[in-house]
Amino acid sequence: MSSIHDLTLASARDALKARKISAVELTNAHIDAIERLDGQLNSFITRTPDQAREAAKVSDEALAKGEGGSLCGIPLGIKDLFCTNGVRTTAASKILGNFVPPYESTVTANLLKDGAVFLGKLNLDEFAMGSANLTSAFGPVENPWKRKGSDVKLVPGGSSGGSAAAVAAGLVLGATGTDTGGSIRQPAAFTGIAGIKPTYGRCSRFGTIAFASSLDQAGPMARNLQDCAILLESMAGFDPRDSTSVDTPVPHYEAALKRGVKGLRVGIPKEYHVEGMPAEIEALWQQGMDWLRDAGAEIVEVSLPHTKYGLPTYYIAALAEASSNLARYDGVRFGERVSAPTLDGLYEASRAAGFGDEVKRRILIGTHVLSSGYYDAYYLRAQKVRTLIQQDFLKAFEKVDVLLTPTAPSGAFAQDEKPSDPVQMYLNDVFTVPASMAGVPALSVPAGLDARGVPLGLQLIGKFFDEETLIAAGHAIEQAAAFHYRPTIHAGVSA
Amino acid sequence: MSYRITGNTGEWEIVVGLEVHAQVVSEAKLFSGASAEYGGEPNTHVSLVDAGFPGMLPVLNQECVAQAVRTGLGLEAEVNLFSRFDRKNYFYADLPTGYQISQFAHPIIGKGKVLVDLADGSTREIGVTRLHLEQDAGKSIHDQDPTRSFIDLNRAGVALMEIVSEPDIRSPEEAGAYLRKLRQILRYIGTCDGNMEEGSMRADVNVSVRKPGETEYRTRCEIKNVNSIRFVMMAIEVEAQRQIEVWEAGGTVDQETRLFDHVRGETRSLRSKEDAHDYRYFPDPDLLPLLIEQSWVDELKAALPELPEAKRVRLEQEYGVSRYESSVLCVEQAVADFYETVARGADARLAANWMLGDFFAALNRTGRSIEDSPVSAEGLRELLGLISNSTINGKIAKEVLEDMVETGDSASAIVERKGLRQVTDTGAIENAIREILAANSDKVEEYKSGKDKLFGFFVGQTMKAMKGKGNPALVNETLKKLLSE
Repeated sequence: MSSIHDLTLASARDALKARKISAVELTNAHIDAIERLDGQLNSFITRTPDQAREAAKVSDEALAKGEGGSLCGIPLGIKDLFCTNGVRTTAASKILGNFVPPYESTVTANLLKDGAVFLGKLNLDEFAMGSANLTSAFGPVENPWKRKGSDVKLVPGGSSGGSAAAVAAGLVLGATGTDTGGSIRQPAAFTGIAGIKPTYGRCSRFGTIAFASSLDQAGPMARNLQDCAILLESMAGFDPRDSTSVDTPVPHYEAALKRGVKGLRVGIPKEYHVEGMPAEIEALWQQGMDWLRDAGAEIVEVSLPHTKYGLPTYYIAALAEASSNLARYDGVRFGERVSAPTLDGLYEASRAAGFGDEVKRRILIGTHVLSSGYYDAYYLRAQKVRTLIQQDFLKAFEKVDVLLTPTAPSGAFAQDEKPSDPVQMYLNDVFTVPASMAGVPALSVPAGLDARGVPLGLQLIGKFFDEETLIAAGHAIEQAAAFHYRPTIHAGVSA
Repeated sequence: MSYRITGNTGEWEIVVGLEVHAQVVSEAKLFSGASAEYGGEPNTHVSLVDAGFPGMLPVLNQECVAQAVRTGLGLEAEVNLFSRFDRKNYFYADLPTGYQISQFAHPIIGKGKVLVDLADGSTREIGVTRLHLEQDAGKSIHDQDPTRSFIDLNRAGVALMEIVSEPDIRSPEEAGAYLRKLRQILRYIGTCDGNMEEGSMRADVNVSVRKPGETEYRTRCEIKNVNSIRFVMMAIEVEAQRQIEVWEAGGTVDQETRLFDHVRGETRSLRSKEDAHDYRYFPDPDLLPLLIEQSWVDELKAALPELPEAKRVRLEQEYGVSRYESSVLCVEQAVADFYETVARGADARLAANWMLGDFFAALNRTGRSIEDSPVSAEGLRELLGLISNSTINGKIAKEVLEDMVETGDSASAIVERKGLRQVTDTGAIENAIREILAANSDKVEEYKSGKDKLFGFFVGQTMKAMKGKGNPALVNETLKKLLSE
């Protein structure tokens, strides 16, 4: 082994259990890496090295006794959308100020219960609203990947861009993400890592700051699907504090890796051949089909006829909910307050100062689509279309077991190539949004590099609560793709 | 007689609908585990959910749902097995999340009815449009500091039932009777304590006026948050008067929200239709649609207590009391229960008489309620038993009851202690009467010459001489006999 940073989460877990390394050693190595590299990447908003070292010590004590949960001593980063007890939680927004929650989100509590060590809170688009991690009040995150022969700064995708960058650069062994319309999958693809958006209701939303409640779903991001499977098994589960959480047993996801894809029917939605998609993305997609066919799967063309309505309906449904979810950030009870002589003045000043432009834009759109006179034309119609989109998937899943698509219509773009038209930016989510709208699980695995040396991902979409089949199919791609590339900025010495 | 207001252009009819906000009796709030108890130091009954902290989610309290269903059954209403919670969005400092969770499009309870009793003995049926569950807001306190307002979130998130009536009410009296009957039903079922002083029942009053015979409704105004039955009745009257004046002056009534100022006896505009909030209702994505089972509704129905209307009819039939007596006894369940305890094993009609008369008077005098009555039902029954078995007469019984209230002693103990046992010895009665007649020979002459009214005088004198203990029937009988001698 050339470096502690070459360990995957699974191999680190095994090394810890075997006492080949200590949790303190592993944690310190990651804290060092963060100190060395994160000044440039800016993937952390809040670092918690002291707490991490404390937790690592406790982990070592447990491991010495042959005890400790499935993640005992594993250093993770937490997207700063999860409330963490006693640790500042910002949602990458100024409006929360120095808000320190007196409670722990269910997802992070589950990870802690299994012994995970938290290195800090990871950067994201403000309130998870963005696809490039350019809207954070704590500055943009830089993608650790570089184009061949270029030093231009690339975006890590969004909104879980900090999580993606930190995992890709080896600053953490895994991270939590949240996915509302692609916020785990697209940044995973942009940074050459794996990420799973589980079925809506699989992970509790309790204690996770809401963007769009009917779409938000937490999920794991890590270097490969085995690591994601281990994390997901810990994160998932029924929570009586979230009424939309589903009470169904959590399978042993890691075991699904070995299932293989023999006889699996893989659907190729023809509507995903969108106009203007780069040839190399089309080629990668074809490559994915070939890999799965070679591994024993059957490739079947399917139709998801309402795909083209996915983005517009998503931006109505999600923003309607967001406009209401973000009403609580009013400067009255917590977070930043800008004083004013009247209550309305206080609201206006606090929200004007606290929210960034993209969040304001989305609150305005969301408020508009719910307004009297527009509700039927926008919100209600979007809900109907959402049902049609879900039916598309249900029909397709009568014929096939999983769907294969590209994760994003391009590889990571440069920070200064950000489209000036916000709608252009929204197109990043064109392939990821429909699964979110339907609530079905989906994942992204790294599958190759584009001509400029930037990673590209493939997306698999599965049936409700059938993450296992997704993981099995994803692992087949992982094995065929043998994605062994490293980003330019990486903690490991062999980078 | 229909209620009419006479204006300069003749008679006007009023049309009223009421939206009653009734606080659900429950341990915890509608969507959080915080206590729903009234009072408490400010901000002590508040969970992070109630305070709208980031990432907090509502979880429906099933007991509040059961209470709404029970109430619906009490209103003989449709129970919707599918209902849904919506967000009503508006900004206010005592609304932490920026939205109230309510049921807008799909309420849990549909059409029902309330039968109201009017003073002239008639009854009217007032339709209930719907009942839905929603959260209460917190309280803003503006008078503690010259520049700042304070917020108390104890009430924030407490479950309310909004009970909306049809515009079936045609007079202030009917509005009052509707509210009293509704409160009575809620109290019987135990779903709302109906305490208007503590704000656990409040009403929004929709008022319009029209000429008798008109079939369309004219524009209505909504008077917000009226917190007593009397004020509701007053508000209707003054608002109707105001609208009549507007119409008669050639103007039109604007749809608006108004406040009732009971000190000045007027309503004032709060906000016009143009300023009305756009609440942007939409289904709350944090909550699943509320699906309930018919079998569960049936269980709740089977466990409902006897309702006021049924109880009134039963008491009439079972105890032979009048409709009036029965309805008074049934106003509160505790009174009816008390009555039934007394009436079982006593003269039931006598029991009604005494409860409505001397017993209620004693409660009023001592400021006590039926729950902490100074005289128990068993004690009252014993007293009535002493009347029925002629141990004491009615007049003495009043004195005994007063003593019971004062000392807490039993009726028989008091009768013994004071020697009040009534005299049924005809010899003793005859002796007493002879003495009275001898001392009033002039009156005896007058009586005999036809002044019948004097009979009462002789009864009174005899009872007085016997310190009230003479058996009234025997005294009458003996007097008649001796006067005719």
